[in-house]
Amino acid sequence: MDKLTKGPETSRRRFIDILLGTGLFMWISSLIYPISKYLVPPKAAILYVNNVEAGTMSEFPPSSSKIIRFGRKPVIIVRQRNGKFSALSATCTHLDCTVQFKADTEQIWCACHNGYYDITGKNISGPPPSPLAQYIVVVKDDKVIVALEELT
Amino acid sequence: MGIMDWINERVNIRGVSEFAFKKKVPVFYGTIWYYLGGVSLFLFAIQLVTGILLLLYYQPGATTAFESIKFIVSKVAFGWLIREVHAWSANLFVFFAFLHMFTVFFAKAYRKPREMTWFSGMILLILGMGFGFSGYLLPWNELAFFATKIGSDIAGAVPFVGEFLLRLLRAGDEVTGATLTRFYGFHIALFPAFFTLVLGIHLILVQVQGMSIPPELERIPEKHRRYMPFFPNFAIRDALFWLIILNIIALLAVFFPWELGTKADPLASAPAGIHPEWYFMFMFQTLKLIPGHIFFIEGELFGLLIFVFGTIFWFLVPLLDRKARRGQRSRFWTVIGVVLIVYMIMMTLWGYIV
Repeated sequence: MDKLTKGPETSRRRFIDILLGTGLFMWISSLIYPISKYLVPPKAAILYVNNVEAGTMSEFPPSSSKIIRFGRKPVIIVRQRNGKFSALSATCTHLDCTVQFKADTEQIWCACHNGYYDITGKNISGPPPSPLAQYIVVVKDDKVIVALEELT
Repeated sequence: MGIMDWINERVNIRGVSEFAFKKKVPVFYGTIWYYLGGVSLFLFAIQLVTGILLLLYYQPGATTAFESIKFIVSKVAFGWLIREVHAWSANLFVFFAFLHMFTVFFAKAYRKPREMTWFSGMILLILGMGFGFSGYLLPWNELAFFATKIGSDIAGAVPFVGEFLLRLLRAGDEVTGATLTRFYGFHIALFPAFFTLVLGIHLILVQVQGMSIPPELERIPEKHRRYMPFFPNFAIRDALFWLIILNIIALLAVFFPWELGTKADPLASAPAGIHPEWYFMFMFQTLKLIPGHIFFIEGELFGLLIFVFGTIFWFLVPLLDRKARRGQRSRFWTVIGVVLIVYMIMMTLWGYIV
């Protein structure tokens, strides 16, 4: 009697359990897979931009700054006291906030966690782990143009 | 035949009311702590009601969200009141939920057999903060925009799955109107559904197991302990406390309104003095103090690891505190709790002063 219940009967039951369990697992997976794929949006097309017109010279008096859209990213253009231009990525390398120009010390400052960069984008104090990417500024016929590389 | 009899003939509803009337609350120096869970529940109910009311006018989307809230607070009759009550009640909810958690912690009420009540409570607390974080973005103002950028960027620092999490939260690479739609969905559908489910479990556990008392009181023989009936003695005190809280909310809503601020602009710099809501302040201040690199890992990841492991550690306290399981007070865990509270208060104050 004991042999009967523990013998083929249990192995048959185990077989059915495994069959149903696997089936259930596959069925749940087939539900979860499309949902988890659906949750993450498709990658946006990369916008290739080589240069952007930021405005005319009159919009940039010395000791001023302006943030423009370069492709999908914000870029900060700074005109220093001595009239020189510089353009940097405006996205703080720490936690993605948008930086601002401090005219009194000629530094770039992020208000979120008090990070400082110098005018070349180098991180000088606070939490930012790396420098801001540099862009090139070209003045052509009174127009200020920000570019990835030198326009010739 | 009354309605109750009619129902009782079909389902045993008398059993429920008998159970409720038999319920009793221990009377001792810590009885006041027992009001904190109830008031959190009351504040959650206020959130449900005011939240549903706000839904009637709110329009998610980068071009409509800010405008629709402006409309609610300036044009809709009592719109300002509903919004202010929702905002203040949210803050008080987090405050009382934290207080509830800490009193439970120091009373060692998480010990066997109430571990599951602690776990479900911690899930509710984390969900409550999720409500706060997702709801904060919905007005689509400058502060909300940067808070969301920071919060989602931190999620992006998680090893291996960071990029997935970041894109999952932001609905893309940047914080845009798509992020707003997503947070709206979390805030009004996903979180409330999940919260209600876990809250149900939490409340059932409390009813089934009864109120916990501190270990030293447990040693007093049953006949020497003092109790009061839940109905009506405790319930009427509960109701009084809720009424006081409701009045405080009304006062806060009128005299200390939450500003709507300026509309989010992806090309604007983060404004000076930007900071998150007070209950994220201690984390915010910690992130500010961590340098760019610690040893070989980025400061951002380091901060994230502290908070993630800290939360897991706190979650597992009922399993880690072996003394409490034997019904003894562990000085070690009490000290840890005090240190944590001091740290949170100091960092929060520092964050506001500097």
